[in-house]
Amino acid sequence: METVENVEQETLPVEDEALQTRASWSSALRFLAVMAVLLGLAYPLATTAVGGWLFPEQAGGSLLRDASGRVIGSRLVAQTFVGNEYFIGRPSAAGNDAASVSGSNLAPSNVALRERAEADAQAIARREGVSVDQIPVDLITASGSGVDPHISPEAARLQVARVAQARQIDEASVTALLEPALENTGWLGAPVINVLRLNASLDERYPAAPGADSAANDTPSNTVE
Amino acid sequence: MNDMIAIYALVALLGVPLGLYMGRALGSRRTRMDALFAVIETPIYRLAGIDSHQSMTWQAYALAVLKLHAGLILLAWLVFMFQGMLPLNPDGIAGMPWDTALHTAVSFATNTNQQHYSGQAQLSHLSQTLAIVTLQFLTPATGLAVLVAIARTLLIKRGASVLKGVGNYYQDLTRGVVRVLLPLAVVVALLLTWQGVPASYQAAPQVEMLDPQVEEIQSIPLGPVASMVAIKQLGTNGGGWYGPNSSVPLENPTPLANVIETASLTLIPVALLFAIALISGRRRLMLGVGAVMLVFSLVSTSVVVYSERMPNVALAELSQPGANLEGKELRFGTDLSALWGSWTTQTSNGSVNAMHDSFNPMGGMMLLMDMFVNVTFGGIGVGLIGFFLYLMLAAFVGSLMVGRAPELFGKPLETREMRWISLAILAQPLVILGLSALTVAMPGAVQNSNPGFHGLSQVLYEFTSAFANNGSGFEGLGDATPWWNLACVVALLVGRFLPMLVPLAVAAWLAGKRAAPAGRGTLPMDSLAFMGLTAGVIVIVNLLGFLPALVLGPIAEAVVQGF
Repeated sequence: METVENVEQETLPVEDEALQTRASWSSALRFLAVMAVLLGLAYPLATTAVGGWLFPEQAGGSLLRDASGRVIGSRLVAQTFVGNEYFIGRPSAAGNDAASVSGSNLAPSNVALRERAEADAQAIARREGVSVDQIPVDLITASGSGVDPHISPEAARLQVARVAQARQIDEASVTALLEPALENTGWLGAPVINVLRLNASLDERYPAAPGADSAANDTPSNTVE
Repeated sequence: MNDMIAIYALVALLGVPLGLYMGRALGSRRTRMDALFAVIETPIYRLAGIDSHQSMTWQAYALAVLKLHAGLILLAWLVFMFQGMLPLNPDGIAGMPWDTALHTAVSFATNTNQQHYSGQAQLSHLSQTLAIVTLQFLTPATGLAVLVAIARTLLIKRGASVLKGVGNYYQDLTRGVVRVLLPLAVVVALLLTWQGVPASYQAAPQVEMLDPQVEEIQSIPLGPVASMVAIKQLGTNGGGWYGPNSSVPLENPTPLANVIETASLTLIPVALLFAIALISGRRRLMLGVGAVMLVFSLVSTSVVVYSERMPNVALAELSQPGANLEGKELRFGTDLSALWGSWTTQTSNGSVNAMHDSFNPMGGMMLLMDMFVNVTFGGIGVGLIGFFLYLMLAAFVGSLMVGRAPELFGKPLETREMRWISLAILAQPLVILGLSALTVAMPGAVQNSNPGFHGLSQVLYEFTSAFANNGSGFEGLGDATPWWNLACVVALLVGRFLPMLVPLAVAAWLAGKRAAPAGRGTLPMDSLAFMGLTAGVIVIVNLLGFLPALVLGPIAEAVVQGF
């Protein structure tokens, strides 16, 4: 049974006044206009202005620059890499096009998913000289956004030998660059490698000889149709 | 695991004080904060020409809701269609076709945010703010307003006195916006900007890709994204700036951002339990309601987390063994994607941080079931309103079981009430299954990305999401067609206004009746037995409606796959 708790007998603001029995169009439209200005214009303008002033880097898309100051991309958007002297990222259903971001939307039961993953796995196995059962699962699954900038540390280690060979440097030099490209090393999340930052640091430290062993006519496997 | 703990802890720790604050801020009792907020509220009432103190009849209240929403739909529809000629369009985006614009306007005006377009490419900054953000504030505030109106009409114990009116819609709405949503959104927007969500009115930077062999220019779409994502998460809205929503790193950049966004998703629906307990004084009842919701929530989340830890069968023996990462972001992994997926379908938010289309079949089915039930915390306001609808049905069934004339809080439930309650509950299977059947029967209407059983699941999910005002999708659907747009508009409007306004009417009708004094045979509504009965009614009603459809979709898919 409902216990009678000490509820104060609340009354509506003004009970003795006559009730409003109709709702007018003019109140609705005037209210809408006021709210549209407050919420649709003032609120985004104010928070964007304050946010941009407090955190200019992040507010502008977390852009990365090279030593000369040229913008090379965003820390938060994956790029397409095909050359053997670069680490490759996860497959992308959007071709890493940030203007048409998308996942594959293929169900596990869809043969198209099996076919795509098979082609990707074989290309990776060939390129890295490993068997398919050594490939970490993140390298053959398309991300949700199509611009996931990360791969697992394992997926990066798998590619070290090939990258070192293409750049004609020893593997230890490449491995040494993995650590600085790690993100999410704190209390939250699991550590992942930012591929664009890793490749940018490679270019900076060990510029590839122009026209070196990079003619990867092999299919670029990190673009999915 | 740390992330999971942080998210649950954040909701639990913030939910209680926020709920108690909301109870004071939105209730009818005068408080000290009235004078503080009058600085903003009074000019709003004055400019709109509203007497905020005048209480409305339920009919006037409902009509005010409908008229304001008609205006919202019209405003958004026009902005979307003519955005090409309007300011704040640095990327030169053209107007939307009329049908997609109409669907988008209705979708955002019903707190659904189902998207048949990709925001970063098809909406100008003006559309994303003036049209979308405005609606993302006013629609959850409307859910709040109607819930508070029902609470003060039906739930507050006031003896046998006949209540005058249900309150003033514009006052309830303004308080919800000014006292609750706006302050929270400002804080979350700034936190997200700090984590890397863009906040800018600049055109998209164009960059050359680093690998010289890739001769492509990459465009990085920016905008006042953080302000929108904040209210998108807080207001059970769900419609994101970018097409794939919070899976996009620009919209959800870091594990901390993900913790903030995931917690924001359930924060207000959970807090409302405490707010309504405070406003109505029915603490034990709300405790029972909260317990049922929590059990549903934990069951659903566990199933989805387990399902996504399983490997994706399509990838068998093509890699090292691993969880189902297809359609998921590596910085979140499967657990946090599963948690978000189950919460977003429980609360009718509909934002995603992974692609539900690529979930394993059992996970995908749980998401569908969350949306059928739709009262596991549920959308802001409408979640509890929907729960009260089931509570009314359970009170009817329970009274008959113990041989009493049906009653709710001592007020007789009679033919008129039950007719409308049944209609509001039965409209869901009728609309979802009816439209799904029509769509698969019409040649060329479906346009889905997957064959077989999953193809049917895609259609079912789309209409379920529309009716539940959720907005997430099995997004492989080519749904920017006149048929999909218009069929979804029907589901959106019925799914929003019928289950919201029928309980308001029933509350007002019951308030006008004489209460029978509680006696020995009275159904104790705050008892464990009655809450068990209500949970049972919810499960049975939804299984009766949807089990056959589930068998043809996700269950068949799972059986064929072997789990």
